[in-house]
Amino acid sequence: MTDTAMSGPASFADAGRVRDPSAAPLTTADGLPLKAALRRSQRRLRLQAVLLVLPLLLFIFVTFAIPIAMMMSRSVQNPEVSEFPPETAAVIDDWDGEGLPGEEVFAAMARDLATGQENNTVGRVTARINREIPGARGFMLGTAREAATLQPPYKEAMLAANKGWGNERYWRLLKRETRSITPAYYLLALDYEYDSNGAIVKRPANYQVYQPLFLRTAWMSLVITGLTILLGYPVAYLLASLPLRTSNLLMILVLLPFWTSLLVRTSAWIVLLQQQGVINDLLVFSGLLGDGSRLRMIYNQTGTIVAMTHVLLPFMILPLYSVMKTISPSYMRAARSLGASNFRAFVTVYLPMTIPGIAAGTLLVFILAVGYYITPALVGGDSGIFISNLIAENMRGTGAQVRLAAALSTLLLVGVLLFYWLFNKIVGVDRLKFG
Amino acid sequence: MSLPAYAGPGERAWYYGFRFICALIFLFLIFPIVVIVPLSFNALPYFTFTEAMLSLDPAGYSLRWYNALLGSEPWMSSIRNSLFIATSSSIIATFLGTLAALGLSRPQMPARGLITAILISPMIVPLIITAAALFAFYARFQLGNSFFAIIMSHVVLGAPFVVITVTAALSNFDQSLIRASQSLGADGVTTFRKVIVPLLLPGIIAGGLFAFITSLDEVVVVSFLSGPAQTPMTVRMFSGLREEISPTILALATILVALSILLLTVMELIRRRGEKMRGMSPG
Repeated sequence: MTDTAMSGPASFADAGRVRDPSAAPLTTADGLPLKAALRRSQRRLRLQAVLLVLPLLLFIFVTFAIPIAMMMSRSVQNPEVSEFPPETAAVIDDWDGEGLPGEEVFAAMARDLATGQENNTVGRVTARINREIPGARGFMLGTAREAATLQPPYKEAMLAANKGWGNERYWRLLKRETRSITPAYYLLALDYEYDSNGAIVKRPANYQVYQPLFLRTAWMSLVITGLTILLGYPVAYLLASLPLRTSNLLMILVLLPFWTSLLVRTSAWIVLLQQQGVINDLLVFSGLLGDGSRLRMIYNQTGTIVAMTHVLLPFMILPLYSVMKTISPSYMRAARSLGASNFRAFVTVYLPMTIPGIAAGTLLVFILAVGYYITPALVGGDSGIFISNLIAENMRGTGAQVRLAAALSTLLLVGVLLFYWLFNKIVGVDRLKFG
Repeated sequence: MSLPAYAGPGERAWYYGFRFICALIFLFLIFPIVVIVPLSFNALPYFTFTEAMLSLDPAGYSLRWYNALLGSEPWMSSIRNSLFIATSSSIIATFLGTLAALGLSRPQMPARGLITAILISPMIVPLIITAAALFAFYARFQLGNSFFAIIMSHVVLGAPFVVITVTAALSNFDQSLIRASQSLGADGVTTFRKVIVPLLLPGIIAGGLFAFITSLDEVVVVSFLSGPAQTPMTVRMFSGLREEISPTILALATILVALSILLLTVMELIRRRGEKMRGMSPG
């Protein structure tokens, strides 16, 4: 604003008087109305600020936001089924879904099979349908081979060629899945499926994988968050109440783990917790345990919880500490002098003032915990893995189901973003600090 | 929090009890990191202390795992890959992040809250989701298994740290110093060079170091984006921890602990220098 010169002594004199509405508005040296000049310079400053932020914002948009949006959209796409039988898809919507469809649907399917056989596109769709209707692959491929020789009426001809075409479930599946968008992967990700009548039902208990895993991930993250509060609160309190020289020294013990590679910390816990590891050796050596009864502390839930509590503890201590440091000790002294016991003074005076710190630490630790992958993969065994580990499994490998992985990711992401929004609302991202 | 002279036995017990509990928690924090250091000098291929080590017999210790690490071309090339990726990505992240922080700290910045939240979000989104999304994204452009894809993704992951630290440095920034500089006759460039940059440098360096260590330590995204030619040390370490556990990993882990101690010291020195420059006594 330094470059917007005022229009000299006249306007200064003006400011003192009651302004005459008919008088000319205040202007700058070059004759612009002051208001417009100010608005223009403000606009320029705003543009400067935006231009400074723009490179990173664009970069994150293109190489982060768009890829994630693309992945999320993949979770509802259904090209395998919707692109294969174009003629059937065009007519099957008119069928009411009762009994078997009429001749025109069968005729369309015969033409689709013939084209599919020619272009080699049948294989992909049969694999997808076979997952829901075992055996569909067989009759589809079989009829496709002779599709060119089929004679009308197609309905009778195809039913004669293979009884599988008489399966009403097959036709209902086609009617449902020839739309280009499908909820099928979300149903699977929540352990639901379509039954033989096309109604949405829960999968049989022994096929339920994902819902229990989501619940377990949330539950274990809660336990870990609780443990970090339990361990972090006293340490943060001690650090905040000690003289700065001592607390800076002790802070190193918090910051060193924070700065140390996650893999290093996880391998340290493998060293400590495994059956031939340091802690078991120590217990056996001191006679507390027999050699045959070594504790199983790793490759299960215990391993994940212990290692992740260690890894995430600094994320609890640092926000707690920064809040506690601002609390004057005179509040506690005042409460004590008014007759409160130490405990009462703590509960009614100190604790409420630290709630912003607890909220910040809790949300941060929980958000980070639910998405953890490395530590559960290394020390979690089968019972201690998180939903991230199954997403990774579905992304790659032989039994990969990328669309299912995308659906699982989307569900996890929506949960995480919800908590992130909450964090931003309660704490504010601009309050995040390290060290 | 010192113990007053008039404290009763109960208060005394609570005071020492509390300190004891805190000592145990500090032990929990630091012990796992300390314990791997002696184990990396194990003469035998075990992940635990041998009797010879416990009796401090020199024969129980050796440098064989360090030799194995430094003499192994796969390990060394993966370390070189990691350093290359971390250096390039942290430089870009520092540049973009510092610019963004400068913009975000302007009072005229519109939609600041929302934009900050977006810029920080790569830190919050679970890494496996980022990895899966970027894997498909770069594969579409035939850029999977390339240094380019890895470095770009690490810029995204490192930039939030730079934004946070530089924004924090800017929020401590005393705007009157700029006016003071101008009133003493400095032009814009001189003010930027002699006043703004030296005061912000601690924050910028801290952010850059965070971005560097984030990239150096990152496993998940890089394991989706790297082929045999780009394999960084973390991916080798990760598969090593899952398959054949050898103390070579502990030797590398010890080196990484030494590196984090070094970086922590640098950060502390920078912080003190910054405080001195702003005329804040450490107290």
